[in-house]
Order: sequence, then structure tokens, then C-alpha cells
Amino acid sequence: MFLTQLVHGLTLGACYALIALGYSMVYGIIGLINFAHGDIYMLGSFFALYLTSVVKMKIAPAFLIAMGLTSLVGLVIERVAYKPLRRSGRLSPLISAIGVSIFLSTLLNMYMGPQTRGFPDVITELQVKLGEIVITTTQLYIVAMSIALMLLLRHIVMRTRVGQAMRACSWDREVASLMGINVDQIIALTFAIGSALAAAAGVMMGVYFNAWWPLMGFSAGIKAFTAAVLGGIGSIPGAMLGGVVLGLVEILGSAYLQSSYRDAISFTILIIVLLVRPSGLLGRKIEQKV
Amino acid sequence: MVAVLSVEDLHVYYGAIHAIKGVSFHVEPGEIVTLIGANGAGKSTILKTISGIIRPKKGKIRLKGDEIHNTPPHGIVSMGVSHVPEGRRVFPNLTVLENLQVGAYTRREKREIEESLEDIWKRFPRLRERMNQMAGTLSGGEQQMLAIARALMSKPQLLLMDEPSMGLSPMLVDEVFDTIKEINASGTTILLVEQNAQMALEVANRGYVLETGEIVLQGNAQELADNPEVRKAYLGES
Repeated sequence: MFLTQLVHGLTLGACYALIALGYSMVYGIIGLINFAHGDIYMLGSFFALYLTSVVKMKIAPAFLIAMGLTSLVGLVIERVAYKPLRRSGRLSPLISAIGVSIFLSTLLNMYMGPQTRGFPDVITELQVKLGEIVITTTQLYIVAMSIALMLLLRHIVMRTRVGQAMRACSWDREVASLMGINVDQIIALTFAIGSALAAAAGVMMGVYFNAWWPLMGFSAGIKAFTAAVLGGIGSIPGAMLGGVVLGLVEILGSAYLQSSYRDAISFTILIIVLLVRPSGLLGRKIEQKV
Repeated sequence: MVAVLSVEDLHVYYGAIHAIKGVSFHVEPGEIVTLIGANGAGKSTILKTISGIIRPKKGKIRLKGDEIHNTPPHGIVSMGVSHVPEGRRVFPNLTVLENLQVGAYTRREKREIEESLEDIWKRFPRLRERMNQMAGTLSGGEQQMLAIARALMSKPQLLLMDEPSMGLSPMLVDEVFDTIKEINASGTTILLVEQNAQMALEVANRGYVLETGEIVLQGNAQELADNPEVRKAYLGES
């Protein structure tokens, strides 16, 4: 029972981590809490739902196309809603982000209706029993895919030329531009990557819980935001750690206390972290940036 | 011969504040030209305007005859201008080597970048020893050397240097100025902004004296160093 819950928490946590990465990367580079990020996650899930149920596509291509389409949407949103506000302080883009969030969820609500929709049977569900642990194929896929995506991201950020540019921009955009880095391009790329990761999480969560609805981005977004803050916002390993820890705490908490406490647990964590250690588990100390 | 850099009637505003009021000057190939003046005279603002971080309200900036005042900073780097910012501003979250690689961001030829790195290691052996260390762990002097080395990685024709001696011990200041002379001797034109007017005028060919956004004096470096007003205001003579 405990170990089965652990697997469940890990699966959920891996998805939180993927969403949290987008929050953290965007925050790291332009200091914006992208409140539309949860709706990007919802949109990614929607694309996969549409492709598998209407176009009758298999899940693997639907997954990749959903990631691609969502990153395009992320690019457009950045261009239209955030880039024009780049020089106008911190509050304006934040409000713009809330606007984008409401726009996306309302748009999908209009066209799809508010009800929850299930995915067609896209994965042949098998259960693996290891002693007393029960693991489903979906869980295996989700955890494996999340790990693969995070390793890929780590490779891009740590080992490639654009990754170097992203890290340089996240420290000092002005000096980065003096190095010949096209900062606008790097910011756009960051949005594209973050959106693709959120879409991946959206597809996997949609399939896992067999549910899509237009407002699904709201709670997932805030949970992932909590995960990003817990890990230290702006920190990539922090987002990964924060997501997994949050998923585990949430599931174990609701399994052993009461399942209706699930959201309360997450937000208690958010409040405690902000009070006690606002830089998060792995975040850089504020005073480091002189 | 066409000037490497020519600035004509430059006006820059910070909001309502008229920071640069019609400054004109030029830098010829192979020269070291220095802008000296008190804190707040507008020296850094001029450098930032040349490298595209600040847009001028009026005036022209030409690089070898081409107008660059509407080009974004990254484009100006590609055209051969490199800027060592005030206060070094290395990337502390990147290693020494990564800082240098980012400096070569506009270049694509891997082999040529390797050659430039070799040159840097020769000129700054201490950076080589600290190659894989995070730049944030370097001492102030080492960070200044790294900032200069990073700027050289784009193979600039014109190097803009903003207060490279700031906050360094006298011994390190000498080292920085020796480096400036060496870089210039190997063919890079330099525009140097300094509060340490004495040292700046020692290495420079020509200089301009800036006061509250205007050029009040100009001439070759020796003349300026001998000028009684300059001696009084900037070289600490009474």
C-alpha cells in the first residue's frame, strides 16, 4: 500500500516537475511569474485529446505534435502579451499573464464546454506487480518520459551553446547582449521549451487521470508554482526536486491523513517555504546578485 | 583613412534628464583614446550608447563609416565592437571557460575559437589555472582579467573599456594598464573610460574631458596631462 502510493506520488511529482521547470526557467530569465503557464499545460493536453479522439492518432505522435503545437502557442503568447511589456516594470507583464490565462481557459470553455472529457484508450494498461507494489504501464511511461525530458533539458542547458546563452541571460541580460547574444531570441526559446514541457505534462496527466477539462490548468499551475518555489524559483534542479517532493508529500499526505487535505497540504507548503526559506531548497541566495 | 569610430552630436536622455548634450569625437585605427571626467559626467552612458544598450535621442554613431545607432547590441558585437562593462560583470554562475565561450558567441568556427582561447591562456595564465572554476569564486583582479579576456574572444576591432581599474589595488591597476597597452599593440583600437585620469592619459594617444554631458577639453594625451585645469580637476593637484 505505502509503496503503491509512493509510485503514484512519484508519477504525479514528475509531472509537477515538468510544469515547474517552465515557471522556473521563465522566471530565471525575465523575472516573470507566468500565470498562464497552467493553461499552456491544459492546452497541451487538449491538443493530444483532439488528436487522439478526433483525428484518431496514436498516442506517441499525438504527444510529440501536442508538444510542438504548444511551444508555438507559447512563442505567440510571449510575442504578443509579454514582449511589448518588457520595459514596463514587473507588474504589467504579470497582469498580462493573468489575462492570457483567463483568455485561454475561457476560449476552450466556450468551444469544448465545461464538462470533463476522457481520453480514448490510448495505452494498453497492464499492471506490474513487484511484491506488494502495483505499477501500471502508464506510470512507467510517465516516469520514464519525464526523466528522459529532464535529462534532455539538462543537456541543452549545460552542454550547448544556446544553453550557455540561456544561463548567461538568466544572470545578466544586459551583459549577455554585450556578448552578441540575441536576448529576445533566447527568451523566446525559453518560452518554447517551457511550453513544450508543460504540454508533455498535460498529455501525461490527461491520460493518467483520463480527464481533460478547460480549467484543469488552474490547480496544476498553482501546484507547479508551489513546486518551483519549494525548489527555489529560477533553479532548474530545484524545479525538478520541488515537483517530485510536492507530488510525494501530497499523495502520502492524502493517503494517510485524508484525501480532501491534498490541496491544503500543497498550499501549506507554499506558505511555509515563503515564510521560512523564500529562496527555496536549491535557490540562489538573493544577496549573491550584487 | 576612415575613423574606426565617429560620434557626431550625440544626445542621450534618461527620462527627462539630458545626460549627454551634443558630444562629438572620433577614434582612429590603432589608437587608444580616453574619456576622462568626474563621476556622473556621462562617460559610461556614452559607452553604453555606442554598444547599443541605450538609444540616443539625436546624433550619429558610425563604425568605419557605417551607422550603428539603430543596431541592437548583439548586432554591434558582430560588427566588431566589444564592451568590457563597468564593475566587470562576469557571469558568476558560469565557469571561467564558459565565460570565455560566451564571449565568442558571435563566432562559429570552432577551430578559430580554440586558437583565440590559446592566446587568452598565454596572456592570462592565471585564468587557465582556474578554467573550470565558477567565475564567481575569482578575486576582483582575476575577474577584471576575465572580463577583458571575455571581451577579446569576439575578436573586436574596437574595444570599449569602462573603468577597468575600478576597485583594484595599485599593483593590479598597473597590471591592467599593461594589459591594455599589450592589447592595443597587437592591433586592437581602444576607447577607454577612466576615473584614474593619470593612468589613462599615460597609456592613451588622445583624450577628451567630459563635464556634465559635454566635452570641455580635448587634445593629445600629453597636452591634456600638462594642462593646468586638467591637473587641478583630475590629477589631484592644487
